[in-house]
Amino acid sequence: MLQVIRSPNVHDVVVIGSGAGGGTVVHVLTGLGVNVTLIEAGPMLNPAKDFKEHMWPHQVGHRGAGDAAEQYFDKQQWGYFNAPNGYWDIEGEPYTTVPGTTFKWFRSRVIGGRTNHYGRISLRFADYDFKPYSTDGLGDDWPITYEDIAPYYDKAETFIGVTGTKENIRSAPDGIFQTPPDPRVHEILVKHACDGLKIPCIPSRMAMLTKPLNGRAACHYCGQCGRGCVTASNYSSSQVQIFPAMKTGRVQVITNAMARELITDGTGKVVAVSYIDKNTRTEKQVRCRSVVVAASACESARLLLNSKSARHANGLANSSGVIGRYLTDSVGFGLSGRIPALEGLPKHDSDGFGGMHMYIPWWEYAKKNKEFPRGYHVEIGGGFRMPQLGMTHGSCRRHEGYGPSLKQKIAGDYGVTVSLAGRGEMIPNQHTYCEIDPAVVDRFGIPVLRFSFRWTEHEVRQARHMQATFQEIIQKMGGTVSGLANPEREGEGISIGGTIIHELGTVRMGNDPNSSALNAYCQAHDAKNLFVADAAPFVSNPDKNPTLTITALAWRTAEYLAEELKKGNV
Amino acid sequence: MSENNVSRRTMLRNVALAASLGGLPADAAQHVHNAAAEDKKATGVYKPKLFTPHEFTTLASLSETIIPGARAAGAAEFIDLLAAHNDELAAIFTGGIAWLDREMLRRHNTPDYVGAKPGQQTALLDLIAYRKNDSPELGPGIRFFEWARKMAADAYYTSKAGIAELGYKGNAGMTEFKIPREAIDYAMKKSELA
Repeated sequence: MLQVIRSPNVHDVVVIGSGAGGGTVVHVLTGLGVNVTLIEAGPMLNPAKDFKEHMWPHQVGHRGAGDAAEQYFDKQQWGYFNAPNGYWDIEGEPYTTVPGTTFKWFRSRVIGGRTNHYGRISLRFADYDFKPYSTDGLGDDWPITYEDIAPYYDKAETFIGVTGTKENIRSAPDGIFQTPPDPRVHEILVKHACDGLKIPCIPSRMAMLTKPLNGRAACHYCGQCGRGCVTASNYSSSQVQIFPAMKTGRVQVITNAMARELITDGTGKVVAVSYIDKNTRTEKQVRCRSVVVAASACESARLLLNSKSARHANGLANSSGVIGRYLTDSVGFGLSGRIPALEGLPKHDSDGFGGMHMYIPWWEYAKKNKEFPRGYHVEIGGGFRMPQLGMTHGSCRRHEGYGPSLKQKIAGDYGVTVSLAGRGEMIPNQHTYCEIDPAVVDRFGIPVLRFSFRWTEHEVRQARHMQATFQEIIQKMGGTVSGLANPEREGEGISIGGTIIHELGTVRMGNDPNSSALNAYCQAHDAKNLFVADAAPFVSNPDKNPTLTITALAWRTAEYLAEELKKGNV
Repeated sequence: MSENNVSRRTMLRNVALAASLGGLPADAAQHVHNAAAEDKKATGVYKPKLFTPHEFTTLASLSETIIPGARAAGAAEFIDLLAAHNDELAAIFTGGIAWLDREMLRRHNTPDYVGAKPGQQTALLDLIAYRKNDSPELGPGIRFFEWARKMAADAYYTSKAGIAELGYKGNAGMTEFKIPREAIDYAMKKSELA
């Protein structure tokens, strides 16, 4: 007989998940004097030990390929030098897909989650992004407006530190910015090409510091943000929110704890969180007054769908039946080109931020009769990057041969490529969702998710628009496009669903309890002491990376929860 | 070769400087020191883990011909280390080397590839280094050569010598991000965008 170990005391707030959402809730609540218990499915993070910042590839025998040459066979879960936090496949924790559809689900299992490695592009949603249905009749409007969330964008940017400039562009609302770093040479070329095409190209908005902030050092421009930063000069919830919160003594962290189910009482309130202690593979329960689910959009949906009871037969907070539906990812499409103006460029250190210094916000938002709804932004890549395994594979394949002449060609290819990557808005569709697979459980006995994913003509037309635009920009720079792919082919052209890692919308908010799971404060319509604080509540997936909005929304939810706790409403 | 050490020192100095403005935790400082210490790790004589002495010698020679400098950059050691833990990779290289040897025997009646005259070696490589020569006869050699080429290039261009040859100046850290004016002017002038 399974013995469940229950906590003797009742915790005020249990937060499940420690990424951008969970980290922000922990930061805000502890700052307001509320005691928090944080449950994380992975281990504690130790940046000093776990980060491989500043390491050269030749400092390790396999040079980054992995002990069993995983990189050469596309079996590497995550780059060897990157922050150690994510997996496309987790042993013993599968997910399935509906036959004929493809979806890739990136999961993180560590304190800080994906914020340890993410791109840190920090874009506010625009005013019209909260009213997609009112704008073009597709999807649904959010229950909140830009004005509702703007103060929380302010708080988030002020606290985590975001670079940028005031531009007065409607698709890219200005925020509270630190001074951005200078552009790199290829970014200056892209900017000039865009000027000629009447496309805006502005300093990127990045959660990285150019000035010290709250005891965190300014960036030292090594270009390795994705490896994790030992000086915490970029934002990660682990270093910027959770570690400082732990010093307040108001947060208890339980690691290696895989949430299994939320337990409710006869009135429908959550009374405990059941989790698997992965160290002992035993089930434990923490009793709570309230719970904040921030396990990542799909993992949060899974947890709620698995929290079934007589009262909540379709899963907790799911009387509307919307949980798992309205799943979207960003539309991804990339193109690169060889730029002759960069041939022979005097060599210099162009590391800078781990990411672009300039980007292209969406520009056709006012255009009538566009060939596709909504829009995209463009990320710019290039420069003299640290040589890594695989960097010369394209040159080897293109030039063939061997010996000194091959070496000369490889050297001539270094730093002359500019890449453009579009990230655009997908419209939710009925064929794209996640649900509980009725036949499969993970190694802890927890039923797993089954995904269905489909792009529609909206997204395919958008990818074609990206291709045409990127060709124009590259040609304007005097470059030649390399490897033109068919935009419609998943993986070669338009991205495979899930691979941009902007999956969201699976526990959406709304004013109508019949068509949404959460209210305007991300509080469950069906359970007043249940909140969701990741990207699951999003009603749409605008052409801006979701993390800053996760942070702002979580901040707002946490303040509301603190107020409700004080009033005795939860 | 010494360039990376110089830039590593510069990086450490800059990280320390950046940290002094914001407060670098002690364990993070230790991380930087550990990373620097890694650099100094002594390397003894390498004993192949998978390849026979003959295979290892062949691989070192072939890598050097493909990417001059790859031998000193440890290409054969790198491939051996990985192939010892990956059966698919092991089969590609042991099979490929055997194919090379057999082809040399067939063509020139020499016992193996390394024992052949340099002209005989390059005559064969000149065929298998290009996809346009693909045929049932050369196919296995062409596919093997693609692996040998990309892994020799990987080994070389991730070594100190290869990184220096490319002219990568980074992993050094800066207190303020600046691009040399001459680089900007060079590209702008050449692009005719100005």
